[in-house]
Amino acid sequence: MADVFDRVKAIIVDRLDVEEEKVTLEASFKEDLEADSLDVVELVMELEDEFDMEIADEDAENINTVGDAVNYINGKQ
Amino acid sequence: MLKGKSAVVTGASRGIGRAIALELASQGANVAVNYAGSEERAQQVVEEIEQLGVKALKIQADVANESEVKEMIKKVTEEFGGLDILVNNAGITRDNLLMRMKEEEFDQVINTNLKGVFVCTKAVTRQMMKQKAGKIINVASIVGVAGNAGQANYVAAKAGVIGLTKTTAKELASRNILVNAVAPGFIATDMTDKLTEEQKKGMLDVIPLGKLGKPEDVAKVVRFLASDDSNYMTGQTIHIDGGMVM
Repeated sequence: MADVFDRVKAIIVDRLDVEEEKVTLEASFKEDLEADSLDVVELVMELEDEFDMEIADEDAENINTVGDAVNYINGKQ
Repeated sequence: MLKGKSAVVTGASRGIGRAIALELASQGANVAVNYAGSEERAQQVVEEIEQLGVKALKIQADVANESEVKEMIKKVTEEFGGLDILVNNAGITRDNLLMRMKEEEFDQVINTNLKGVFVCTKAVTRQMMKQKAGKIINVASIVGVAGNAGQANYVAAKAGVIGLTKTTAKELASRNILVNAVAPGFIATDMTDKLTEEQKKGMLDVIPLGKLGKPEDVAKVVRFLASDDSNYMTGQTIHIDGGMVM
């Protein structure tokens, strides 16, 4: 769990250029991390590469917070 | 000018697409020649490209078929080590008066000429976003701007391509993916050979330069839009029509 969260966090920090402490499980990409729609699409792409999985568009639409992403990845692995 | 760049040209076995593929290759780009049916002609284009000292790939794919297109883009990206330029050129005509046009004729043209642009653009976006750079050039048509009797399906598709160009340009601008269109007028190709003498004469009368264009006239503008010389342009439609529509 922690491992996935750390990897996800690293990608978010790099991609969205935000402070590490802002990336909590509860943080919403759009509201708390100031990502726009395209940023989220890009993040999902990076997560797919990082974790070597495909995230369907319908599933991606339900990923709103960092925790959603972490849970999704954990559920698939 | 395009040395080492990787390009895909759809519908590149003949006409304007062929001229574009050869022009990009002549500037140093490796070019994937997409075709739907004319394998022999596609092979000829591939050989001509290879003679220019760059790499070429012959790939059959229906541009409106998402899985075929994804497969094609994956292959090109792997073979050429990236993807810098997409030219959406593939197009068909099924001309008829509106009153006589079958639903099927309308659908076929929209499918290849408009949906095909959407499918191919979507397929390259991921790679181009990763690279934080890319050039997409859509081959529209001057009739998409001005209208043309007997081509309701084709004109609707081409006008759609111009709108799609603008929207894609806005969506992807922040990722440095530049999207422009060219709108050829009356260019001498197999497609215009199908027009009747009456249609041809009617068109010549309204071309200020008084002559047909050549596929190369279009290819050179596409080369400009594919190069770094057009890096402050996106969402534009350039008319290449001898002054027909100003």
